[in-house]
Order: sequence, then C-alpha cells, then structure tokens
Amino acid sequence: MRYPGSPGRILPYAALGVLAALWIGPVVIMVAASLKPEARVLVEAGTLRGLLPLDPTLESYRDVFERVPFGRIFLNTLLINVSIVAGGLVVNSLAAYALARLEWPGRGLVLALVLSLLAVPFEALAVPLFYATTALGWRDGYLVQILPFVANALSIYLFHTFFAAMPRETERAARIDGAGPWRIFLEIVVPQSRTVFATVAIVTFLLHWGLYLWPLLVTTRVEVRPLALGIASFRTLPPVQWGDLMAFAVMMVAPVALVFLVLQRWFTRSVASTGTKG
Amino acid sequence: MIAPALAGLLLFVVAPFGLAVALSFTDLRLGSPLPVGWEGLEQYVRVFGSSTFRRAIGNNLYFTAVVVPVQTALALASAILLHQGLRGTAFARVALLLPVVFPMALIAVVWELLYAPGAGGPVNAFLDGLTLGAWTPRDFLRDPALAMPAIIALSIWQGMGFQMVILAAGLQAIPERHYQAARLDGAGAWSRFRHVTLPGLRNPLVLVVVVTSILSFRLFDQVRILTRGGPQDRTTTVMYEAVTAAFDRQQIARSAAMSVVLFLIVVGVTVAGRLATRHEAGA
Repeated sequence: MRYPGSPGRILPYAALGVLAALWIGPVVIMVAASLKPEARVLVEAGTLRGLLPLDPTLESYRDVFERVPFGRIFLNTLLINVSIVAGGLVVNSLAAYALARLEWPGRGLVLALVLSLLAVPFEALAVPLFYATTALGWRDGYLVQILPFVANALSIYLFHTFFAAMPRETERAARIDGAGPWRIFLEIVVPQSRTVFATVAIVTFLLHWGLYLWPLLVTTRVEVRPLALGIASFRTLPPVQWGDLMAFAVMMVAPVALVFLVLQRWFTRSVASTGTKG
Repeated sequence: MIAPALAGLLLFVVAPFGLAVALSFTDLRLGSPLPVGWEGLEQYVRVFGSSTFRRAIGNNLYFTAVVVPVQTALALASAILLHQGLRGTAFARVALLLPVVFPMALIAVVWELLYAPGAGGPVNAFLDGLTLGAWTPRDFLRDPALAMPAIIALSIWQGMGFQMVILAAGLQAIPERHYQAARLDGAGAWSRFRHVTLPGLRNPLVLVVVVTSILSFRLFDQVRILTRGGPQDRTTTVMYEAVTAAFDRQQIARSAAMSVVLFLIVVGVTVAGRLATRHEAGA
C-alpha cells in the first residue's frame, strides 16, 4: 500500500516540481530583470535575487518607449495578425465547406491538392517568395506580411474535418426550401460551427504572431515591423541594456499570456485537435 | 466559394514552390547584370559540394537526434505526471505550457541573458549549484562544443508543451478499463506503462515525433538571432544557409536549390510518419 511519505508518493511530486520550476524559471527571471535598475540585472541574474525584484522600478519600461516606437510595433503586430486570422477564417471556411459539402467536378482533385500542400513548409517557399516580392518591388508594407498567410491548407483541413462530420438533415431541409449554398453556409453551418472557428482562430494566431523570418526578408523600416522582428533588432541596438530587452519581452508577451491563462482550456483543446485529427 | 482560398494557395504556395524548383536550375543572382542562364543540376552539385552546407545538414541531424527523443520523453513524462491528479497540477500545467505562446525570437533574447558568460550568468550559476561548485563558467553561445546544445535546450523549452498537450489528449483517450484489466492481471506500474500506455499512445507519439522532426529541419530563428551559424559553422542549418545565400549574398538560385533540398527532407519525414501511422490502423 502507498502511504503518505512513501517514495511512490513523493517521486511524482518531486519530478513535476522540478519540471515546473525549470519551465517557469526563465519566465520569472525575465519578469524580475525587467523590473530592476539596469546596473543590477546582470549582477543579480545568476543569484537567487535574480528571481525577485527588490525595489522594483519601471525605468526599463520607460526606456523601451524612448528607444523604439514600441506602440507602433505592437499595433503592427495586432493589425497583421487580426487580418491573417479574420481573412483566414472567411476564405478557409468557405473553401472547406465547398470541399466537404458541395458537389462539383474536380472536387476530389482539389481536396487532394490542398491536403498535399499540408506538407509544404513555409521555409521552403520563403526564398522564392522573397525573390518574387523583391522583383515586384513589393516590400515594406502590411499586405506583403498578411496575404501570403491568409489561405492556409491546415485551416482548410481543420474546417473540412469538422464540416464533413456535421449531420446533413437541416441543410437538406433548407435546400428543399430553396436556399442556396451561401445562405445555407451563413445561416445554418456557421452558427453550428463556433468551436471549429475558435480552434482555427487560436491555432492561426499562435502559428503566425511570432513570425520572424518573413518580416526579416520583406521589411526594412521599423514602422511596419512586427514584435518578433522588433525584439530581435532591439537586441542589436546599442547599448545592450538587458533590463530594457526584458521589459520589451514582457510587454510583448504579457497580453498573449493573459489571454492564454483565461482561455487555457480552449487553447489546449485547439492545440490537441490539430494533433488528434491528424 | 473556394476561389479565394484556392487563389491564395496557388499564388503563395504552389507558384513559389514551382519558382523554387525553376530557379534552382538557373544561375540567378539578384542585381547581377549578366543574363540568367540555365545551369541544370549545377547548383545542387555546388550545394552538396560545399562543406558548410554538409555541416548544416549534419547540424540539423544533430539537433533532430537530440531534440526528438529528449523532448518527446519530457513531454510524455509531463503528460503522465499531469494525469495523476497530483496537488498543484493546475499550476504545473500552466508553467509547462506557457512557453508555447512565446515567439522564438523572444525566447532567443531571454535565453541570451540566461546564457550570459561568467559565473554570474543564470545557467552557469545553476550548473555550478548542481555540480556543487565543480562547474567552470562557459560562454555557451561562443563555445564551439556548447553552442548547439545551448540552442537545443531553449528549443526544447519552447516546444515541449505542444507535444505534452497532444500526448495528454492521447492519454485521456485510453479507456480506464484497460488499466483496470491490467491491474487485475497483476501488472505493476512499469508493466502498465509498457503494455497499456505506450501502445495506446502510438499514433499521438508518431505525430509528435514527425512534427518535431519537421520543425527541427526548419530550424532558423534562434540560430539567426543568437549565433548566426557560428562559432565555426557549429550551429548553421539548411534554412540558415538558404536565407544567408539569398538575403545576404543575393545568390537566389543557390538558395532555391537549398529550399528544394529542405522541402524534400520534410516530405520524406512526413511520408515516413504517414506510413508509421497507417501501419497501426491496419494492425
């Protein structure tokens, strides 16, 4: 029998405790360092004081706003990602509905094409896309950071899986009443599909808001750059101030982390559904 | 209804991919006044003839060979621990999942502080404490032997939570009666893990191994930000070489050939994963 204090009881707690500490440690150091005067960040980082800011100050946060247009970079990220998510929900759900429910010639072929595109990593497309956009002079804007990511094979796949499993009765009744595919989609399918829309929105956001490679290739001006590129270039802006960098990091990730904490269950389900249906 | 998405996919996935293949057979350089010539497989010969590129493939393989087993084992252990109903599970789950919402660029910058050289650097201090003072402080990101392990550690820190979620969902799908039956047969904890948990998790495990392998071959952000492929090419990757060729040296054709190589590797991993999953379904 297991009794309190037996190794079988303590081991799982110890293992989970060590893992959790190793995973939360860097986050704690990040937050603590952002709240310290610059002179003490590196000195204390490797001590237990690195984990807690005594006499906290917002100096570094003020520095960030003085040294880079943080607000602008933040809004860029918001604009780019809201556009990718919203545009993606519209075009990918429509495509998935047409693939799952409408009869038209070539449907099987298009579905096979979309599924095969799941295997194409964006990285393999980055260079030719970079070349094409450069040759067309299409750089340093928002659209070039949004459009390549709106239509997405993974999103179509997730929507398709959901739509294909929906019961057909109400749709059939509506069709007999003379409703066209657009009306059926908007009035019958969408209201029943809130969960898959939320899932795709979360997954799309998580996959895109930290994009670094593409904005690195197609932007040169800080005015249109997103946060991920912003923090990387802030890092190379002399003088290196660790407190400022950590303050940038905290302000960058805090909103997303808070949303994650509130919607944790949704978030977990979304991530899991990309896997379990795969 | 399908037109907008299809146009997007054709324009931003299919066309660039075709362009990559086409460009890889030319000698195109950006800004070069010479006319573009057809080179056949010459770029591929040059790519594989370059010791740096072979090193990059080796580094990707090294990264994959460490990250896939270590990260999968950690994710499996975490998923099982979170499944036990221990006190504090809710907090531990948040701690383990949080890095999944962190962009890699941010993680690279935060971990650069953790890797600070000298005894005062957090990782150095941690290892010093762990070895009871036997650790000599190192400059992780500039040490040829430690730069890749340093990149690996922060990558595992970021990626583990995603795998954990997938495996946790898989654990929940294993019927409790299988465990009860095993218990009635007198199976111990290890035996239940071997004969109930692992077979029940087969497909999720294949999936996380495939996804992690693919991500390993796409390795770029943390390398570009922290080491720029150095020291002595010890952290360069296929993607890093492809981007520096195109972006820093204007060698579009060479870079396109590297992109095609990357694509073929990723497709190979994906197909291997599909075969492993199907095998289970047919069994």
